[in-house]
Amino acid sequence: MRLTRSLEERLTNLYRQGKVIGGLFRSLGQEADSVGSAYALDRTAGDMLSPLIRNLGSLLVMGARPVDVLRQYMAKATGPTRGRELNVHFGDLEAGFIGQISHLGDMVPVMAGVTLTFRMRGERRVGLVYVGDGAMSTGAFHEGMNLAAVRRLPLVVIAENNGYAYSTTLERQTAVAELAVKSKAYGVPAERLDGNDVLAVYEATRRAVDRAREGEGVTLLELVTFRRKGHAEHDDQHYVPREELARWEKRDPIARFAQRLTENGWSDGDALASADARVAAELDAAVAEAEGEPLPEAATALAGVYADPPRQPAPWYREVPRA
Amino acid sequence: MPELTYLEALREGLREEMQRDERVFILGEDVGRYGGAFKVTDGFAAEFGDARVIDTPISEAAIVGAAAGAAHLGMRPVAEMQFIDFISCAYDMLTNYVATARYRANLACPIVVRGPCGGYVRGGPFHSQNPEAAFLHTPGLKIVCPATARDAKGLIKAAIRDDDPVLYFEHKYLYRRIKEQLPEDGDLLTPIGRARVAREGTDLSIVTYSAMVWKALEAAQALEKEDGLDVEVLDLRTLLPMDDDAILATVRKTNRVMIVHEDTRTGGVAGEIAARINESAFEWLDAPVLRVTAADTPLPYAPTLEDAVLPQVADIVTVARRLAAY
Repeated sequence: MRLTRSLEERLTNLYRQGKVIGGLFRSLGQEADSVGSAYALDRTAGDMLSPLIRNLGSLLVMGARPVDVLRQYMAKATGPTRGRELNVHFGDLEAGFIGQISHLGDMVPVMAGVTLTFRMRGERRVGLVYVGDGAMSTGAFHEGMNLAAVRRLPLVVIAENNGYAYSTTLERQTAVAELAVKSKAYGVPAERLDGNDVLAVYEATRRAVDRAREGEGVTLLELVTFRRKGHAEHDDQHYVPREELARWEKRDPIARFAQRLTENGWSDGDALASADARVAAELDAAVAEAEGEPLPEAATALAGVYADPPRQPAPWYREVPRA
Repeated sequence: MPELTYLEALREGLREEMQRDERVFILGEDVGRYGGAFKVTDGFAAEFGDARVIDTPISEAAIVGAAAGAAHLGMRPVAEMQFIDFISCAYDMLTNYVATARYRANLACPIVVRGPCGGYVRGGPFHSQNPEAAFLHTPGLKIVCPATARDAKGLIKAAIRDDDPVLYFEHKYLYRRIKEQLPEDGDLLTPIGRARVAREGTDLSIVTYSAMVWKALEAAQALEKEDGLDVEVLDLRTLLPMDDDAILATVRKTNRVMIVHEDTRTGGVAGEIAARINESAFEWLDAPVLRVTAADTPLPYAPTLEDAVLPQVADIVTVARRLAAY
């Protein structure tokens, strides 16, 4: 969680310096839902997930490197998508995560296909997909959810309820007060819990992952949290009441976890400070590495649309072939 | 006459139509209280109320489908796609339901579906698209692509008043970059289906639309200065129905034609225009019809890559010289 937040803070600095080329999406206050849920997967078993824009933490748990996230935001040639895609839209099949696209809900049917394949191959692997209060309004979500439920696929669906989809409140997004009740229409069990309690998130996801691995099918988990920043960095979220923000600031997932660690004697101030220092050092090195790297060469833009790389699919107008 | 940006002109057109006709209403994601992702409908919820400026869930198929249903009953809905890239989520509703409604069921479907299209803004593959070719192939739809502030206003008003479904593709690169003095005229309409000569010329013609009109004009200036070429630029403004008369008129005038669009090449609008010229004006041509388009790739994010994939002024100049020398 600390790594997620600190990495996003570094990105904010880079954004203000004009080094992040596109938008910057923060998960401030939501780190526990991404991190707690992703930890419940078994990476050694080959479990896989697909994130949404505010699930940077889940990628870091799955082994994504901060330097690659920095490269993505700065459109570097060295980034996982070589400057083709932006922000956390990247994946690593071996590490166990598939990059999303901007079209919300689309990753639900995709992860249904991933988990269907686990089943067809007799593998005891589990998939996990993140949606939000907004994504759950899409047709793709519905179709994917229904397919996964009907086939009892080993899929955990994390519904992040962070109060807002861009400026749209939950009440304008859905007529139900709790996202978890939507599970009934698909015939899958659901739990609704505090998304800012990282251990509770871990435990609930673990139960759902175990169910999935035992062949008992899909579980929907509604993690109640709050988006403490705008949709992206340009958005000052003037539409969010200040008192609502203040209330959620008091429920900060990192502060709560740190308090719990020290109160239970699981850790102490020194150990936490040294963890913070390790994170800072790692990010110093990552920023230093990524910052000076080049943008991709223009000539690389045309390759890779198809499996056979040398041939641009249509004549490129700079060199029109003649009959 | 007040000077309006492209975006302000669009907003004025929408506002005037909402004031003029109470059947007009707006629906889309974040269009109400937030005023739209690009603030096109800024202030509309306060002026017209929540009932006529409707914030919807993230459901493009439902937005377009609901607009169609309202239109059947005589309303004049304007549906916003937050980015036009998301119109693909409503493709089924538009092509199977909306476009066929009049033909198959004698159902009027006077909706407008509008949204920001286009690149040059480092938006990456899902916030930069130009989807016109996907819909050009669908009888029953109309497609407009304004290039100027005047047409941003004139075409939105005409689209709302049109009795058939109109896709209105507004270019986000132009939103705040171009300005124009516009008369305060509530009936400033741009006729759908009519192109506009953006620059008169006699040596060769560039047929284009949307943001590429400005790149073509820039190229025309360079060609005049550096090569002494007198270039005509035709701004199509409407793609469907296409203004064949205007296209053939410029062919007959200059006998050398190139087509410029920002969308990818294969199956693009330029291919259709070239085919029409070939069929109707082959004898008038002194050179083959040439194209300048984006390369056939998804649109990449990195500035170096985006600039390489999208057509630039220099590309237009290069191809124009080849055309002139043919």
